[in-house]
Amino acid sequence: MLSVDVEKRLKARDGEFTVSARFATANGVTALFGPSGAGKTTLINMIAGLVTPDRGRIAIADTVLFDSKARVNVPTHQRRIGYVFQEGRLFPHLSVASNLDYGRRMSGLPADPAETKRIVELLDITHLVDRRPGKLSGGERQRIAVGRALLMRPRLLLLDEPLAALDAARKREILPYLERLRDEVSMVYVSHHAGELRRIATSVVRIEGGRVAAVGGKELLEEVDADAV
Amino acid sequence: MLDLTPDEWTAVALSLRIALVATAVGLPFGVAVAWLLARKDFWGKALFDGIIHLPLVLPPVVTGYLLLISFGRRGPIGAFLADYLGIVLSFRWTGAALACGIMGFPLLVRPIRLAIEAIDQKLEQAAATLGANRLRVFATVTLPLALPGLIAGCVLCFAKALGEFGATITFVSNIPGETQTISAAIYTFTQSPGGDAAAGRLVLVAIAISLVALVLSEWLARRAGMRFHGE
Repeated sequence: MLSVDVEKRLKARDGEFTVSARFATANGVTALFGPSGAGKTTLINMIAGLVTPDRGRIAIADTVLFDSKARVNVPTHQRRIGYVFQEGRLFPHLSVASNLDYGRRMSGLPADPAETKRIVELLDITHLVDRRPGKLSGGERQRIAVGRALLMRPRLLLLDEPLAALDAARKREILPYLERLRDEVSMVYVSHHAGELRRIATSVVRIEGGRVAAVGGKELLEEVDADAV
Repeated sequence: MLDLTPDEWTAVALSLRIALVATAVGLPFGVAVAWLLARKDFWGKALFDGIIHLPLVLPPVVTGYLLLISFGRRGPIGAFLADYLGIVLSFRWTGAALACGIMGFPLLVRPIRLAIEAIDQKLEQAAATLGANRLRVFATVTLPLALPGLIAGCVLCFAKALGEFGATITFVSNIPGETQTISAAIYTFTQSPGGDAAAGRLVLVAIAISLVALVLSEWLARRAGMRFHGE
């Protein structure tokens, strides 16, 4: 479904770091798995259009998002790719309801109260819609961030360590919701925790030192650590 | 006590009008300049920054004189405006507004720039992934989050414009009913015998206006701040 073949040189503190990766994903949840600093976030930022690759090609099915040879670079706001960031990044000046509605409004989609209600119930955030993000717990914020990304009807959902800022209890609280989403939309899920990926991933791309080290199924998660959730 | 004569009322009304126009017209430019300084790197940025802040450190009379030779009837910009657009600034209240706007501009820009610099650009990235183009990101995320800075900048600029004296009097003189602001009127009264009572009345008005502006801005800023943290 998603095919990525990109190269990007980054300036790191100790010299240069090159992310050079080639992989394709099927429907379901593709885990980008690897140690911190392996270039996983840079990779999904390139998929989202937040970082421009030096060269390469990114496409979802037949839709080309980036192609350095053909000089195609679809801007982030036209990619229709949902992104759940590690820190949620909810808009502090908007209510939860307006946060949830933001992507639909900006993408010019018609209002769909039934769909909004369904997603809000799926994520169990009905009681939060009138609040402001400032005083919500980390787990509540992440569920709203997931809802906000889903309600723009993305072709693909990117999640960057969505549970990293949460304690173990909160992680266990959110994972079931993410599991429910597997049937909603294809996901690329970045994490360095084998535990949470074991529960949610359908395929695994292991990233090490900016390169694809292995592609396969969940057996790739067993080898590294036992960093349990 | 505050039994102002019609002439004094005229000076008060004129001052308010000049300060409001100077702030309102300056605001869009102030936001644009603040955004440029906060977000963009370009050749000559330090010089640009310096020129914007120049009115803050130059003697106001110098700024007024520069305005006079460039925006006066015979000045290059003034002649162009008068000949082609029919706009005359010298010795008019609009010229006073220009002088006040330029004097207040650095004070307008600075808080807005700081507010924009303080915004987490990751929020703007998030808005982009949700389908907002750059203009809409600016309108729906950047600007609302910078609102406390906008309010602070407007108040500072308004206050500066209200009290501006040197540049205004140099550029547009001190004509009752046209360019005589509160400050100029107070100055005139203190220079004429028996003018102390009138000067005193205008001083009280000036204090009252400044206090109201400060309290109002504090209240607005608190409301804007509350929106980010409250329920």
